[in-house]
Amino acid sequence: MLFLIILILSFISSFFLPWWAAAAIAFLTAWVIGKTSGKTFWSGFGAIFVLWVILALIKSIPNDNILASRVIQLFPLPHQWILLLLITALIGGLVGGLAALSGVLAKKAFSK
Amino acid sequence: MKLFKALLSIAVTLVLIWALQTKFGDIPPISEFLNPVSGFWQNAESKNFKPEEYLHLEGLQGKVTIRFDEHRIPHIFAENDHDLYYAQGYLTARDRLWEMDIQTRSAAGRLSEIVGPKALDLDRYHRRMGMTYGAENTLKGFMKDPMMKMVIEAYTEGVNSYIHHLKKRDYPIEFKLLGYAPEEWKPINCAYLLKLMSETLAGGSSQFAMTNDLKRFGAKDVNDLFPDYPFHEDPIIPVGTKWDFKPLPIPKPSKDFIALMTDTIKPRERVPGIGSNNWAIAGNKSASGYPILANDPHLNLTFPSIWYQLQMTSPTVNVYGVSLPGAPCIVIGYNQKISWGVTNVDADVLDWYQVKFKDNSKNEYWYNNKWNKTGKRIEVINVLGQKPVYDTVIYTHHGPVVYDNVSQKPKEGHENIPVGDALRWIAHDESDEFMTFYLLNRGKNYDDYRKALTYFTAPAQNFIFASNDKDIAITPNGKIPLKFRDQGKFIMDGSDPANDWQGWIPYDQNPTVKNPPRGFVSSANQSSTDQTYPYYINWRFELYDRGKRINDKLKVMQNATIDSMRLMQMDNYSMRAQDVLPAMLRYIDTSKLHADQLKVFQIVKKWDKHFAANSVGASIFNAWWLKFNDLVWDEFRDDKMLLNVPSFDRTEKLLLTEPNSKWFDLKGTPTKETCADIVNQAFTSSVDNLLKNLGQPGEKWEWGNVKETHINHLANLPGFGTGQFYTGGTGAVINALRGGNGPSWRMVVQMGPQVKGYGVFPGGESGNPGSYYYEDMFATWRDGKLNELLFLQSPDEKSNRIRSTLTLSSK
Repeated sequence: MLFLIILILSFISSFFLPWWAAAAIAFLTAWVIGKTSGKTFWSGFGAIFVLWVILALIKSIPNDNILASRVIQLFPLPHQWILLLLITALIGGLVGGLAALSGVLAKKAFSK
Repeated sequence: MKLFKALLSIAVTLVLIWALQTKFGDIPPISEFLNPVSGFWQNAESKNFKPEEYLHLEGLQGKVTIRFDEHRIPHIFAENDHDLYYAQGYLTARDRLWEMDIQTRSAAGRLSEIVGPKALDLDRYHRRMGMTYGAENTLKGFMKDPMMKMVIEAYTEGVNSYIHHLKKRDYPIEFKLLGYAPEEWKPINCAYLLKLMSETLAGGSSQFAMTNDLKRFGAKDVNDLFPDYPFHEDPIIPVGTKWDFKPLPIPKPSKDFIALMTDTIKPRERVPGIGSNNWAIAGNKSASGYPILANDPHLNLTFPSIWYQLQMTSPTVNVYGVSLPGAPCIVIGYNQKISWGVTNVDADVLDWYQVKFKDNSKNEYWYNNKWNKTGKRIEVINVLGQKPVYDTVIYTHHGPVVYDNVSQKPKEGHENIPVGDALRWIAHDESDEFMTFYLLNRGKNYDDYRKALTYFTAPAQNFIFASNDKDIAITPNGKIPLKFRDQGKFIMDGSDPANDWQGWIPYDQNPTVKNPPRGFVSSANQSSTDQTYPYYINWRFELYDRGKRINDKLKVMQNATIDSMRLMQMDNYSMRAQDVLPAMLRYIDTSKLHADQLKVFQIVKKWDKHFAANSVGASIFNAWWLKFNDLVWDEFRDDKMLLNVPSFDRTEKLLLTEPNSKWFDLKGTPTKETCADIVNQAFTSSVDNLLKNLGQPGEKWEWGNVKETHINHLANLPGFGTGQFYTGGTGAVINALRGGNGPSWRMVVQMGPQVKGYGVFPGGESGNPGSYYYEDMFATWRDGKLNELLFLQSPDEKSNRIRSTLTLSSK
């Protein structure tokens, strides 16, 4: 549930808010309905991870990944554009997970 | 405990977000760049465009229809000239915004603002050379002319209209990588682009090295080795052309004064081999009976491409060609009546003057037998992450004193500050170059062409012309100072008014020729004229090789077509090899060669003198010639002193006519070498080197593999350029492609009732590495083919090459 809500709200926000709005969304959503720390972290992580994969692919697939294949060459990594997608999604996931975790921990700290 | 955990988690999250958004050194803000919401993923363009697009833009006066062909080249149809230049600005910005930004930023000495102190030296150099000072003066010239004011302002409006609607996610990828935002376009940026061209084509100088030569070798040797007219030549204006004007009196040379040598100025070295080709044949040489014009300007090749192709139509004009991103009008192109092109003249329009200051305050300098006040210009250079740098540049009436060693070389610790030199440079003068292009774009005949040229200041160009009236013409043209012979060959005494530029060659007395009997005109940066021309333009020009080859081919050409011209643009035949190889081969004592060397000798002996990609002979000859040249001029190699090495033309003369010259003797040996010794030594040494590096002659020896040809991104980003590719050509052949420099636009235009243009540049219309149109024309260019240019006569004209339409109208 948490996963889906963060995913959907962040997706909508991506059209008019900066990328870090996803962190705020994960934080607030986790505050409201988050339960255990572990599950909340992974819900936040998964939601933003999946969202960023989707957003990147929406642009990259109609582009035949031309740009991603060029950009990966800026990194000291094998020239596989899919690695760039993975790095992107991991960063998003990490921010989403930590923000969600913060949300649920904050709720626990302040709710009594 | 719970509270601590919560706060810790929040803190970690915030620090992470902060770190991801922050630029560390050269590493861009990671998340700003990578996040798919606004980062680089957003720059990935789909190959499908909306077939119809409508935009409402502020400031337009009417409706503009833009049709895009299969290469996404825009064909603009505007109802008035204001909207035409507005649309040109808008579309150029849409495709090339970062290129426009970085080029003008570089010219303006403002790179440090975005990349920090590492660009400070370059910025300071540009400021101190007076690029800003020159751009300000040029802008004054533009704005005085109501027509040009309108054009520049409309273009600027168009660029800004695009920038204003830009969201962060739409920024070109380079802005995201470097972590900065596009800024408002200003009219002066258009002037900066011209300054940049002047810097590339007329901003190098050899006076400092020449002055050192003079001190080292003396006047006799220097005059012998650096003559005012080359050994081999085939000038642009055919030999024997009569000058039908009464020349102005030539200024008297100043007292022969050689400026004291200073080791402090480090002007940009003149880069040899910068050049271009153009030619036009008369109707009686072409299959159609109408003239054909061809042009291929050679410049540093980059992505995004140097040129932006477009068709521009309004009630006053219908023109097709290439423009400079950031400047209005078409620079090289054609309309229904005329076509024109340019190559560089290489006039001496940059001189250095030794300045004598009264004291260290440098408030006064000695000139015309009295102390004169200097001017001071404070250049403020903003530096990313640091305090701004204030740089004071002293100006004499000549121009800026470019090198101020106090700020430039503190670590050297010179006790007695050497006197700096002032720069007199045509690029500092008020000018109105765009008017030339504005008029050429609308030109109908030879008279219009001649009138247009009178507005052009710098960098002086060989303007070639062909018209439907069956006229052809060429004019080395620009604002060229009136000088005594060799004025500015060396650093001059800045206190003597006789050394100043004494006026200008009148425009109608610039060398020109119309419909010469030989039936063609051409230029390839060689000497403008033979030695009968009354004025001094420069003591040296580019080598004659390309020009001679072009003229040899055109002389015998009959029934020429577009394709004959195209093949000529790809011609790899080496005039140098023709001139020197037989003599070099004759000198070789084959009895002294070992088996491998002999094998190589046989290859180069049979070589057809073409620098083709698969030619092994070309690689051998090239290495041999360069080594020969190195050995001959060993006296000129000096780590401590900048010396000018004699030209290849002088080497050729030495080889062919002076076998016992003292210059063949090597400095470091007790024996006295002659031409034969050096030719043999150069051969064995260069061949052994090839054998060592490349093994036995074979594929690795092919010229296309030996020469390193590539096109890089302007910021040298790996993956954003072509990488090395296999191709023929070299500096002194018509197809002058070498390293990252070569034909930046190849155009051939067949005049006639229905003008037909062909052209291609290495790259694409889009500057976005994430676009299908970033390099879609590269392969065509590399393979030596041309695209037929779509020259629409009305916005409604049917063509199966039109892919989409954009309609702009006012809000």
